[in-house]
Amino acid sequence: MGAKAENGPKPPPPVSSPPPLKALVKLKTKQQELLIRAAALALIYVLAFAIRLFSVLRYESMIHEFDPYFNYRTTLFLTRNGFYEFWNWFDSESWYPLGRIIGGTLYPGLMVTAALIYRALRFLTFAVHIREVCVLTAPFFASNTTLVAYFFGKEIWDAGAGLVAAALIAICPGYISRSVAGSYDNEGVAIFALLFTFYLFVKAVNTGSLSWSLASAFGYFYMVSAWGGYVFIINLIPLYVLVLLVTGRYSMRLYVAYNCMYVLGMMLAMQIRFVGFQHVQSGEHMAAMGVFFLMQVFYFLYWVKGMLNDTKLFQSFLQITLTCAIGVGTLALGIGMASGYISPWTGRFYSLLDPTYAKDHIPIIASVSEHQPTAWSSFMFDFHILLILFPAGLYFCFKRLSDATIFIVMYGLTSMYFASVMVRLILVAAPAVCLISAIAISATIKNLTTLIRKKSKAALTVSSKATSNLKASAKALLDQSLPFQRNGAIAVLVGAFYLLSRYAIHCTWVTSEAYSSPSIVLAARGAHGGRVIFDDYREAYYWLRQNTPPDAKVMSWWDYGYQITAMGNRTVIVDNNTWNNTHIATVGRAMSSYEHEAYEIMQSLDVDYVLVVFGGLTGYSSDDINKFLWMVRIGGGVFPVIKEPDYLVNGEYRVDKGAAPKMLNCLMYKLSYYRFGEVTTEYGKPTGYDRARGVEIGNKDIKLEYLEEAFTTSNWIIRIYKVKPPKNRW
Amino acid sequence: MAKLALLLLFALPLLLSLTSLLPLPCNAFSVDRPTDRRLLVLVDDLAIRSSHSRFFSSLQARGYDLDLRHADDPGLALRRYGQYLYDGLILFSPSVQRFGGSLDLAAVLDFVDAGHDLILAADSSTSDLIREIATECGVDFDEDPAAMVIDHTSYAVSETEGDHTLIASDDFIKSDVILGDKKIEAPVLFRGIGHSLNTANSLVLKVLPASPAAYSANPLMKLSSPPSLTGSAISLVSIVQARNNARILITGSLDMFSNRFLKSGVQKAGRSIKHEKSGNEQFVTEISKWVFHERGHLKAVNVHHHKVGETNEPSIYRINDDLEYSVEIYEWSGSSWEPYVADDVQVQFYMMSPYVLKTLSTDHKGLYSTSFKVPDVYGVFQFKVEHQKLGYTSLSLSKQIPVRPFRHNEYERFITTAFPYYGASFSTMVAFFIFSIVYLYNK
Repeated sequence: MGAKAENGPKPPPPVSSPPPLKALVKLKTKQQELLIRAAALALIYVLAFAIRLFSVLRYESMIHEFDPYFNYRTTLFLTRNGFYEFWNWFDSESWYPLGRIIGGTLYPGLMVTAALIYRALRFLTFAVHIREVCVLTAPFFASNTTLVAYFFGKEIWDAGAGLVAAALIAICPGYISRSVAGSYDNEGVAIFALLFTFYLFVKAVNTGSLSWSLASAFGYFYMVSAWGGYVFIINLIPLYVLVLLVTGRYSMRLYVAYNCMYVLGMMLAMQIRFVGFQHVQSGEHMAAMGVFFLMQVFYFLYWVKGMLNDTKLFQSFLQITLTCAIGVGTLALGIGMASGYISPWTGRFYSLLDPTYAKDHIPIIASVSEHQPTAWSSFMFDFHILLILFPAGLYFCFKRLSDATIFIVMYGLTSMYFASVMVRLILVAAPAVCLISAIAISATIKNLTTLIRKKSKAALTVSSKATSNLKASAKALLDQSLPFQRNGAIAVLVGAFYLLSRYAIHCTWVTSEAYSSPSIVLAARGAHGGRVIFDDYREAYYWLRQNTPPDAKVMSWWDYGYQITAMGNRTVIVDNNTWNNTHIATVGRAMSSYEHEAYEIMQSLDVDYVLVVFGGLTGYSSDDINKFLWMVRIGGGVFPVIKEPDYLVNGEYRVDKGAAPKMLNCLMYKLSYYRFGEVTTEYGKPTGYDRARGVEIGNKDIKLEYLEEAFTTSNWIIRIYKVKPPKNRW
Repeated sequence: MAKLALLLLFALPLLLSLTSLLPLPCNAFSVDRPTDRRLLVLVDDLAIRSSHSRFFSSLQARGYDLDLRHADDPGLALRRYGQYLYDGLILFSPSVQRFGGSLDLAAVLDFVDAGHDLILAADSSTSDLIREIATECGVDFDEDPAAMVIDHTSYAVSETEGDHTLIASDDFIKSDVILGDKKIEAPVLFRGIGHSLNTANSLVLKVLPASPAAYSANPLMKLSSPPSLTGSAISLVSIVQARNNARILITGSLDMFSNRFLKSGVQKAGRSIKHEKSGNEQFVTEISKWVFHERGHLKAVNVHHHKVGETNEPSIYRINDDLEYSVEIYEWSGSSWEPYVADDVQVQFYMMSPYVLKTLSTDHKGLYSTSFKVPDVYGVFQFKVEHQKLGYTSLSLSKQIPVRPFRHNEYERFITTAFPYYGASFSTMVAFFIFSIVYLYNK
């Protein structure tokens, strides 16, 4: 793997040294270059796929994490029951008793894609299981993304930059984190769609061709069908167009590209039920519409300018028209907002622009770890040298401004901002960072090699090639007087290759160590250094599937909802599709109430089983006790009887003897630590020593009155309790 | 020949009693025949067999098999091999400290929780064990062991006794199901200890409350401090119908069931009418009929729902569907299932709160039905019948059914009011086509 990875970032120089094969010698230089480029691209394609298979090798071919289980379940439904049943699917197994209209509340792109691949494979008589298709969908699309990155790089800079970009994105950890085998999530295909749409749009702007623009509209449609992140496209492209207009780069090409893309893209996007009329009704999409009208005004003005030939007259006309246009636009927007026809920006949108918004207003968004602001370390972890190359690339872009480079600069800067607001959006920034860094790498290496070659074979006719890069060669000529120039260039080149190989090693290491864990199966190092596997999640879900009545309702914190329905096949009260805050708050309230109060809530929701995740025995830190304050906050956001200070002691969250009395007696505490006081977890520590939090628990004598323990997995990670029926004689 | 007949005559009861000892599943308590058959009577003094013989014989006459045992008989057992040997338990052993055999507090409570019935009678010598059983059923006897219920206004006039502990009460609960159709004319005689109901228990009911002037105290002592139990907080006879429809009767007077009280005449203080016979016999007979499920036992069968015009039960409804719901409810008369007739049986279409609440109409043959429109809300609903009527076993049926929204092709294809828009869009298309041709080729 390592050898292959090093193959990637090495860009073949435009004029390569004579290859050893005789057949190659016979080819013309251009053909040689094409062959090498195609071979490198093919290797990168394979590499992008192969590096994402670590998870399969280390664990097994399985679906990862939380949301992918829902996607898998829906894909299964789609392949079994056909598209129309899927489209109209009303799922009564989730969000009991409200149910969920699956067909109208998801982005079907991923499922349809997987189902089509499955059909195609079946048609080709490959007897595959749909699960394998789902597991490998994300790597497959990651491979395709490398191709798009190549063409995109070629479009904005040159083929070399494209090749470097393809290699960088193939192993960029920021992208791999969401596209390893088994990570069957929307982002897996959406990043491909995102980059593809951008590429096609830039191509359309560069060529002014209606067909490219049409293609980008379809790319946009695919993106809308795959991921909610399409809002990024529909805001970035208008912003880009606006910047071009302001900088006086308006052209007929832009007019054709944007109008066709916007109108058709909007029409197509309306076909997705979950999106519906949002393009004309929601505040988040209004920028695109405003720019669309602005384009018409611009066109009109240019037409009038062409007709008038009188500068003064045109000036006054321009003033009147612009004032009118802006006035009408503002008025329309104001009326739309006031009448409620145009919905205001959603909380999610606000939280993207303002990193502190979610924390104050929407605890349910802030509670998700991947929605936290990004730490520097994770930037370094996910981008490595690209983080340093990114500004360098921006420099090169600014040096050679064109419509295309303006686009990539804007994409890079905006996505970088979003990436710093939310950890998960590093993913969106990854292609831009790779492309811009690739420009830096490609341009630098090109300059260096030109320098080296100039010195050694001054008389060589390389200059004909180099003229395309006028500034670089001019610079090279200027620098010619410096001493040790050739040695210096070689040293820098070696340094660059060293950095790139470090990047490759880092990416491989990160992928194999950090991003391949399915989080359903946990791995830890045992006392003797061996790998210990905790398969408690599946143990618990299969227990539910085998031992509970088919219509049993399971209450758990929403994180586990999708997994319970997909693997346990049981009805859940809330799940990861957090569309109903009140319902989640009800569960949060039940978890943070005393047992008898919780019992009434559970009775009203017909709960039969309660499932909690507990890491005190194994030291697994992302368990329900650590998430508990979010349950309190979310519950308290709707039901003010739940107050966060009741669970804290002097603002401190603790579970030992000094914990708040309400904390020690709430349902979540009782269910997590029931019978835990009898257990010795670590040698030399008292019984009931919680290894995840490193304290001895405060309430060791827990009695359950309304619930009874039904099942606890072998490492106590999942504990399932049965809700008792009401007392017979009371 | 005659000798043989005589022999047969002797052997027959023996044979019958033998068969009665064997647990016969055919006539035992079951879902189809809810009336109890086999009763275990525990006494702490075998003299009760004769002193309460009228009550026992009335039970036997109604077809019960009585197994009368001493309460500390070492062979006592309620269940064997996981099967209950009896359908009902009568505890006429107030003073027993420990039951014999495998019987204890938990066994008695398990017996009730398994759906079996219990009559518990206490008196002034009541032991802690009996008190605990009563407490577990939601009834607290007066803690003072010497206390008795004393009533200076509604006592029974008597020549010999002057402490007014013999109470004549006729303030019965108003329920024909519990006490029978025939009104109990004469007051019921009661002598024993009083109890109060635990307010936390929602299932326990007073059948015979004490009068507001009653109080619970030791009749032999001078009252030094106010009595803990007074007035109508005191219950003389209480019943519990558990959630699994097991029925429990608790009274503080064992004498109520005695031959002496059953036969004696009664005159309530302050009234001129002197009844030849007290109401006890009718009262204990009727209430034992209720306790042993001869009356007031309902069953619901054949719950059906379907769309109007169809007969098959769908697995899912669509919003705004019209549906029909029906259920058959029968009442056990002691020997057969008769149609239950009531005008207040209601069905709910329920999702966290009832969206539809309709009274079912009956055809007087047991069938209850109604029809309604599914509300314009999707989700997982339940058909709920919660029929809880005084004296009757509680009926609580629920059947889950999801309700889905419209499918994409269930909306109207063309809306009449939208025809101008259709016209506009098609005419624009045609106009654009013509315009393009004219623009491109008209030079």
